[in-house]
Amino acid sequence: MNMCPDHIVHYMHEYLDGDISQEHELELKEHLQDCSSCQQHMNELSKAVAFVQSASHIAAPSGFAEGVIARLPKETSKVGMKRWFHHHPMLTAAALFMILMSASLFSSFNDDQQFSFTKQPNIVVEGEKIIVPAGETVKGDIIVRNGDIQIDGEVEGNVTVINGSLMASSANVTGEIEEINQVFDWLWYKIKSIAKDTASFFEGE
Amino acid sequence: MDALINKRIKEVLKGDQNAFAEIVELFQDKLYRVCFRMLGNKHEAEDIAQEAFVRAFINIHTFDTKRKFSTWLYRIGTNLCIDRIRKKKPDYYLDAEVAGAEGLNMYSHIASSDELPEEELLKMEMQDRVQYEISRLPDKYRAVIVLKYMEDLPLQEISDILDMPLGTVKTRVHRGREALRKQLSNM
Repeated sequence: MNMCPDHIVHYMHEYLDGDISQEHELELKEHLQDCSSCQQHMNELSKAVAFVQSASHIAAPSGFAEGVIARLPKETSKVGMKRWFHHHPMLTAAALFMILMSASLFSSFNDDQQFSFTKQPNIVVEGEKIIVPAGETVKGDIIVRNGDIQIDGEVEGNVTVINGSLMASSANVTGEIEEINQVFDWLWYKIKSIAKDTASFFEGE
Repeated sequence: MDALINKRIKEVLKGDQNAFAEIVELFQDKLYRVCFRMLGNKHEAEDIAQEAFVRAFINIHTFDTKRKFSTWLYRIGTNLCIDRIRKKKPDYYLDAEVAGAEGLNMYSHIASSDELPEEELLKMEMQDRVQYEISRLPDKYRAVIVLKYMEDLPLQEISDILDMPLGTVKTRVHRGREALRKQLSNM
């Protein structure tokens, strides 16, 4: 039925692909005008293309993405933590601060196990015990760490005992007396002293 | 678009699955559609398209971010579809004696590429008819026709997806069109 040259059909496909040269297009058009069977062929091809293109655009079923995630290999917990930190920067910063702060405070409480005290004239040291002998007057504050203090004389200032006991026979301390034995007391003391230092720093300015 | 995808890919490379979920959302319709057109079955299409995403996730480190992500993804998807179609064929022949038994629906007819009687065709909805004709195409032509006319992809990209020379893609598109024309000549 077809007397037409084979290359005409080839040109039809070139035309449908949109990469036909001008000469080929011209030849194709001329041929189609004269040849009804090729015209029909061309029509059918165009119809076939239009037919396939009429397919509606379908979407993935709902829950598709969740299904994919469920099938993925388990993610490392490291990444999960990283993402949590990423989403909560303030909490992360606060947590980090708390960890570092408490670590440094606790460690300084535990590391400070050595007996130490404020050097003052006219006090007597007996082992891990400080004695302010009767009749003597100490001018200034006394701080004792990890040791006891016994006051028989007088102290014109504050007395602070950390991790130790205070034995004062009578109220012969003019300033405040403080005994610190617990971690919380210790924390409180630290915070107070930091505040005091800061205050005095500003006052000094 | 590409910049966003590459950013997400970097996050996925660090192992972040949430970033991958976003990539899935972006491409799920495209990939599912191609799989459905290739396989002609919704459940299989969902299964294969999901499998393609899982493989993309596992092999994401092999993706070259200078190239187009969708091309790479389509490639994984079409390869899986073609594998599935090839595996199904011997299964079908083995099961041939139970044909006509219960559990056979329209889709299994389509997958068998049997020709339906004329009156059945006329009763078919237009969209089902399109899918039916696509399914009857030999799978060599089916992939190129689906990518070219249903996804509107340029021939060059199809050649990248299917990993075959441009000339081969063109030939297959031509033959696919001729095959469709013959299938539809009675319409």
